[in-house]
Parts: sequence; C-alpha cells; structure tokens
Amino acid sequence: MIAARTLIRLTAVGLVVASMAACTRRPVTPAVPNTPPASDTGGPAYPTAPTGPIEGNAGGAAAAGSAQEFAINVGDRIYFDLDSYQVSPDAYPRLNAQAEWLQRYPQVMVRIEGNADERGTREYNLALAARRAESVRNYLIERGVSAGRIDTISFGKERPIALGSSEDSWARNRNGRTALVSGAY
Amino acid sequence: MRLNLLLCTVAAVAVAGVTLVQAQVARPQTPAPQQQGPVEVEIDQGVIRPFQIAVAPFSGPNGSQVTTVIGDNLRRSGFFEPMNPSSFIETGLSLQNAPNFPQWTQIGAQAVLYGSVTPRADGRNDFGFRLYDPYRQCQLVSYNFTATPEQWRRISHKIADVVYQRMTGESGFFDSRILYVAESGTGLNRLSRLAIVDSDGADPQFLTDGNEIILTPRFSSKPDEIVYMALGKDYSRIYLYNLSTSRRESLGEFDGQAFGPRYSPDGTKVAFSIIRGGNTDVYVMDLRTRQLSRLTSDPGIDTSPSFSPDASRIVFNSDRSGTPRLYVMNADGSGQRPISRGGGSYTAPAWSPRGDLIAFTKSQGGRFATGVMNADGSGERQLSSSYFEEGPSWAPNGRYLMFARQTRGGDTNLWMVDLSGRVIAQSGYQGRGSDPAWSPLLADTPMQLGRAQGPDSCPS
Repeated sequence: MIAARTLIRLTAVGLVVASMAACTRRPVTPAVPNTPPASDTGGPAYPTAPTGPIEGNAGGAAAAGSAQEFAINVGDRIYFDLDSYQVSPDAYPRLNAQAEWLQRYPQVMVRIEGNADERGTREYNLALAARRAESVRNYLIERGVSAGRIDTISFGKERPIALGSSEDSWARNRNGRTALVSGAY
Repeated sequence: MRLNLLLCTVAAVAVAGVTLVQAQVARPQTPAPQQQGPVEVEIDQGVIRPFQIAVAPFSGPNGSQVTTVIGDNLRRSGFFEPMNPSSFIETGLSLQNAPNFPQWTQIGAQAVLYGSVTPRADGRNDFGFRLYDPYRQCQLVSYNFTATPEQWRRISHKIADVVYQRMTGESGFFDSRILYVAESGTGLNRLSRLAIVDSDGADPQFLTDGNEIILTPRFSSKPDEIVYMALGKDYSRIYLYNLSTSRRESLGEFDGQAFGPRYSPDGTKVAFSIIRGGNTDVYVMDLRTRQLSRLTSDPGIDTSPSFSPDASRIVFNSDRSGTPRLYVMNADGSGQRPISRGGGSYTAPAWSPRGDLIAFTKSQGGRFATGVMNADGSGERQLSSSYFEEGPSWAPNGRYLMFARQTRGGDTNLWMVDLSGRVIAQSGYQGRGSDPAWSPLLADTPMQLGRAQGPDSCPS
C-alpha cells in the first residue's frame, strides 16, 4: 500500500516535471490551458498532446498581460499528490512565475480553483480540494501577492480536466488552477 | 406464518446453497437486538425463496397497470415473488367474494391480493382491494382508496405499501420519490441536472436546466421541501427549493464556501459545512431566525452532517485524526467523539430514519463499499462493494439504502441494497444519475390495517 502510494506520488511528480520540461523547451505550447503534462521520455502519450514541432509568429502571440499569455507563458495549474494538499516542490517554479506575473500586473484579481480526482466521495473531496486552493493562495501570498487579490473556490471532483479512470487522469485532476478574474488585458 | 420466520426457515432448509456470493456479507458480531418491530431478516447464505404472492388482475380502469405496478414494487423489495398469472386457477375474483382457497393453495400462493378500480359518481375512482391468506383462510387486510383517476400509479404504490406493511410488520416505502442528479453528455462536457423520479423509476422530471452543477440534494421531513448545492462557473451556493410552489432561494451568503447541507428532522434547521481559510467546519442555521451556529472548530475537515431522527445528535465526517472517520456530537456541537473503528476511510454518513443505524461509504484497498454500523460504531457490516460507490440514502422505512455506483471509466447509476445485503440491484430508475436522496413517505399509510396485530397475523 505504501509502496503503491509512493509509486503514484513519484508518477505524479514525474508528470509535473515532464510537463515543465516540455514548457521550457518550447516557447509556445499549444494555446489550450488544459494541456496534459506531456512526456518526452517514452511514457504513455496522451492522444490530445501534440508532439510535433510547433511554429509561432508574432501575430499569434498572446498579448502581454492577457489571460492567454498567463496560461501559456506562466501556466495556470499546479498538480498535487494523492490525498495531499501540500504544494509540491515541483510546483514552486510555476507558482513563483505566477507570483511574479501578478506583481507585474497588480490590477489583476485571481481566483484559485481547487480540484480533486474522482476517487473520493463528493463532500469530502470538496473539503480536500479547498485545502489545495488555500495552499496555492498561501504560497502566492508568501511570494508577495496581496491577500486581497486572491479569492478561492473548491470544485471538488466536479470539474475534471482529464478523462478516464487511470492514474494519469487522476493525477491531472488533482490540481489548483489560478484563474484570472479581472484586470487582465 | 410470520414472514421473517418464513424466510429464516427457508434459509435453514436450503443447506445446499452455501456458496452464494452473498456469503461475503459480514455478520454482525452479535445478533442484533430485536427492535420493537419484528423483522430483522438476516440471511447471508442459502437460496432464498421469497414470499409467493398471487397478485390477481385488478378490474376496472387502469386495472392492469395497477396490477403491474404493485407486482413490480413487491418484487423489487426482495421479500415477495409475484406469481405468474398463467398459473392461476381461479380467475375473475370479485371484491364481493373471498377467494376459493384450495385453488390458491394448490398452486402454492401464500397470499392472494385482488381488487378493482370503480368509477364513482363524483368523477373519482374507488381503488378497493383485499389480501387473503389461503392456507389459514383468513383475510389479512381490506381497504379502499378514493382518488382522481389519474392518480392510479400513486394509489398502486400505496396498495403495495399496505401489503408490504401487513406482511412484514414494518412500514412500506413505495409511495415515495427519489431526488437525484441526472447526468448526461459525454467526457468533459457533462451536463448535470437536478431531477426527481417515483420510487419505482417512473415519471422522471428535471428540476434545473443544466446551467449549474448540482450536488447533494436532500429532502426535508416534508416531501415537498428540498435543499441542494449548486456550482456555477465562479460561485457555489446552497438552495432551498419548494417543489410544490417552485420557490427557490439561496440559504444565504457566507464568509466562505458553503456545502453539504442536510435538514434537521423537523425541517426547521439546515446543518452544512463552511470552508474558511481552507478549513472546513460544520455549522447549523435556524431557517426562521437565520441565526448561524458553529458546531466544530478544529483544524481538520469536518463535513457531511446528518441528524439523528430525534434531532439530539449529529453524525459527521472528520479527518482530524489523520484519516476520514465518522464522529458523533450532540446537536449543539458538544461531546464530539469518533465512532468508526476500522481502517480505511469512512465518509458520507447518513443516520437511519429508525435511529438505530448509520450508513456510510468506506474506501479501503482501492475499493469503495456501502456499509452500516450501530450509532455507537459497533456492529459494522458491509452491504455492498464495487469499484466506486458513494452516498447512501435511506428509504423511509430504514430497510433499504440507495447509492450511486460508477463502473470503472463508465457511467454512474443508482443502486439499491437492503440491510441484509441480499437485495442488491439497480434502482427502479435505470438512467444515469448520482447523489440519490430518498423522500419520506408522501403521505402516511393508514395505520389501522392490522399492523398492531403483528405481521402477517390472522385476525383471531
């Protein structure tokens, strides 16, 4: 049981690392905020994850300070381990980038959305996902974003971003999303 | 012959069938003490032969439909096996006459139900019926409901309730409805709508339009008052909704996200959880004064409150000890103590309307189970388990539980299990749905129908 959980945790960590590696390698990832953490190392491939080269041009670039630019250049979601609401060290770079971005655009208000996977009962998952949202909020506050700019909401297991009953899907659905509420271009 | 005695006798006789799947159902550590009611049918082995009842065709308008609804209800309960009408020797039974008893005992009918639907001068119909024991040659019950013709289905449920009540000694549950969250759409574009359906699955109706994600609907003690939670794109709300008037109102705006509502037994309060600063605690609101009281205040998750039927206590879910367990407290928040004893995660408690048991969802070893325990945490037993199931809701008689079961990578449907774990089946409503909530009986069943005489007793 412990071994299995550790394995799951490692898997989740691996996915997050892989996704960040993918982000740093490509200046422009697909303009879909819900991109699955892609693996370049022969792991299971998501049918929706493009693997070919991506070209961009100035006309298609997201406007600085826009929600689109935030989602693409910063990333709006971080992922959590099974039954955990601690911000994983793997998520620090993205949250640091979120904090810097938010300080660059101080008029932007955000809402942290907490999400859980489907392997739990409805009400407990709402409470669990709320802890995740709060963890993200506290991290951003520690990084200098003023508390008054950050609201939270828990969606429990009600808004999955990944389909299917697999460890990979569950890992993706355990997340905290930083949604820009107002003030973005 | 009392039904429980009958079933137990049959179980004892059927020594051959000890390898049934139901053998996995855990036994209570000690035989449950008999409540004042008679029935504690505990059978986990053997081939059960349900009670053979002949439901003779009702005459008159909608008579055949009435017959079908009654028979289907009785079969679904697991206690009865309506006999094939083609085996009947005596036909054309009339309310004016008693059955020809030998013709029914000859085919093995342990009870005979017959009746007629008769139009009245005032435009309503009389739904009269008689229930006989052909072996002891006595009438068990005779009654007549009067209602407008279009209520034939409702009356059928009430007749089935009378039969169930007379034969088992405990109140029925067919004249009730189920709130649930209807699911449609595919993949990530799921549509969620609040819906309501008769206990047998007939006449499902949507109550919301799908703009919000609906969660955890629950009935008040009055079957036309409900409470539920809704998630919008950027908000979360608890609604009070009156099904008769269609009046819908928000429970209120709180400093934090509110969820997990449940009515108190008298319908004057709603207990629920509020998330503040990432921490979830249980509160209760008086609906008349709108006064809010906080019942828990520890740093763990405290949620899913459910009142005892006498309103003196609340069972809830807390992970203050590390893993989710069940706790009981007094209705004012005092005396909080854990009751669940086993390993694994216990969530979604629901206090039985009889008061004796608490149902819950338990997850352990990658599977989910529906179980019950006594209110002090003793006597835990598992009734059902699967890849995923959650959220048991009690039938009004405290004998059955409905819950949502999801197949791996597949749909979610409503399932039903009885307290013995013997009757496990999809509910009458077979469509996709989750979060079932069983209503109270829509109206009281007439009490003078022999219940005081003991189940299945012949009048002396």
